[in-house]
Amino acid sequence: MTRLSRRALLGGAAGLAGGALLRGLVPEVEAQAPTAPLQPPIDPTKAPGAPTTAVGARAPGEVALRAPTGEQAGNSLTPLHRLTGTITPADLHFERHHAGVPAITRAQHTLTIHGLVDRPLVLSVDDLARFPATTRTYFIECSGNGRAAFRKPTAAMTAQQIAGLTANSEWTGVTVRDLLAEVGVRRGASWALAEGGDACLLARSIPLAKLRDDAMIVWAQNGEALRPEQGYPLRLLLPGWEGNANVKWLRRLELGGEPWMTRWETAKYTDPLKNGTARIFSFEMDAKSIITAPTAPTVLPARGSWPITGLAWSGRGRITRVEVSTDGGTRWQEARVDGASNPKAHVRFTLPWRWTGGEALLMSRATDETGYTQPSKRVLVDVRGAGTDYHFNPIIAWHVASSGEISFAGDA
Amino acid sequence: MSARVGLVLVFAGLAACGAPAASNADRVGVGRAPTAAELAVLDRDVGPDGTSLPLGSGTVAEGAVIFAAKCASCHGARGEGVPGTPYAQLIAPRIAGDSFPFGTDPSRPKTVGTYWPHATTLFDYIRRAMPFPAPGSLTDAENYAVTAWILAENGVFPRDGTLDAARLRTLKLPSAGRFVTDDRAGGPTIR
Ligand code: HEC
Repeated sequence: MTRLSRRALLGGAAGLAGGALLRGLVPEVEAQAPTAPLQPPIDPTKAPGAPTTAVGARAPGEVALRAPTGEQAGNSLTPLHRLTGTITPADLHFERHHAGVPAITRAQHTLTIHGLVDRPLVLSVDDLARFPATTRTYFIECSGNGRAAFRKPTAAMTAQQIAGLTANSEWTGVTVRDLLAEVGVRRGASWALAEGGDACLLARSIPLAKLRDDAMIVWAQNGEALRPEQGYPLRLLLPGWEGNANVKWLRRLELGGEPWMTRWETAKYTDPLKNGTARIFSFEMDAKSIITAPTAPTVLPARGSWPITGLAWSGRGRITRVEVSTDGGTRWQEARVDGASNPKAHVRFTLPWRWTGGEALLMSRATDETGYTQPSKRVLVDVRGAGTDYHFNPIIAWHVASSGEISFAGDA
Repeated sequence: MSARVGLVLVFAGLAACGAPAASNADRVGVGRAPTAAELAVLDRDVGPDGTSLPLGSGTVAEGAVIFAAKCASCHGARGEGVPGTPYAQLIAPRIAGDSFPFGTDPSRPKTVGTYWPHATTLFDYIRRAMPFPAPGSLTDAENYAVTAWILAENGVFPRDGTLDAARLRTLKLPSAGRFVTDDRAGGPTIR
């Protein structure tokens, strides 16, 4: 039997021989698989199908799951290597919590806006829905995304493990600009403390200029109410800025003249530099890309056409170019970019590729509208120092062996 | 707040910022003003100026007892933490000469004595989030005490000291001056 990827095995096994083969061959997949047993093969054209249901479910055998799970102060990562397109299913949007997911009902939740404002306000979620709503597509990326791959790379790492702390959604809510006009900003205000209603009252100081620019307070994601783990019922959305500042379960915005220097903007989410300083309030996410297919744990079963595809994004605006190399960065080819007109959103890139059976080193690098091009790890370390923390956006490389096996080849 | 006062403030706002403030008619007009009592419960944050620190005080010695009872189970008896878990290391020796080697050495623990710029952050964070299983359960005096103990163990507060608002507000940490504005700004230069 040709060596197949886990994914190909999964799909093939489900279609051909049912779950027994699957269980026998790939124990680690079984651990991941949905609990519903796979149906024995039937000819779907010879009997009527299943009736309608209240909520849809994924097709049996389609395995896309966040991992790891069970953390209260920790994260679960988006399975980038199992997804296509650009919108992340809301239930697969990565999580990063500092004190678990709070149980909050819509009726009980309010947002208080106070401090240096003329008319302090307590708003219910229903009150917010009376403001004109806006719908926009933006990515969120944790600024720690890529740390594990940067510090402790291993060949078996998947795109999920390397870069799964990013996701892309269509968000609906109100612009903070409209809310600020409603409360009236007083002279002297230049920052706001955004505070969540979770068990650590997570709080970040946000420059007023960002709140007046493109910040939103959102209540919906991909057309439905926010998921609890994404901040239900209200989340601050700061397009292009590090995930932590996009405060979930938002309960309070206090306007003031100075930043509060909370733990999440001092002890954490600051970036030490080799010159003995550390960047503070380093909000923007630099341009980045990752090939999502073909990548580990895929094993290419045959030579021929294997389109290279992946995601690119920039916190500073539009992606203008994505280049792909198949020879470890000697030659670069421009990939086709879909959806590049959406600033601060994931775009998908694709480059046709024929695998001729030899070794290859696949890489991608993104350029954004400011002219910034995703650097190599060597350049990042050179500029910032080996202790650089957060904002890891080096070029990511995948090694294709002549056996067809694909493995993470480290940040290039 | 009465409508009349609200209107006066709109004009004050206009004059002050020159920014277009919504007139009464432009406003959506939903929501209500928070009461002072509501704000007192919600607004408990402490910034570096320390102006909103509560009354009360606590000693390092009292803090040691509180830490042993309510914090050590996760953070270790000496605040050494559990490597590879979220149970953070809270205490580390001061770095010789108070240098700041974090940019070249990712293995250095970032504690309030070695890395954090403001002592008020420690008080504010514990009040928000700790002890992890029962956040917000410490009294203000207990919070001062346990903050004092962590500061003292990090070598930035005297072991026989008593911490209160005035002391916390004026306490300078070794790394206070190390933090710089983000100079990344897009464009071709990698920073
Ligand atoms: C049940 C375990 C547990 C207990 C008990 C506990 N903590 Fe924590 N503590 C944590 C976890 C987990 C984190 C990390 C939270 C995160 O990731 O944001 C943490 C983080 C901290 C931090 C931030 C460290 C940093 O570098 O950012 C401080 C300070 C702290 N705890 C102090 C205390 C104090 C003081 C007590 C006792 C009053 C206490 N903790 C009790 C689990 C605990």
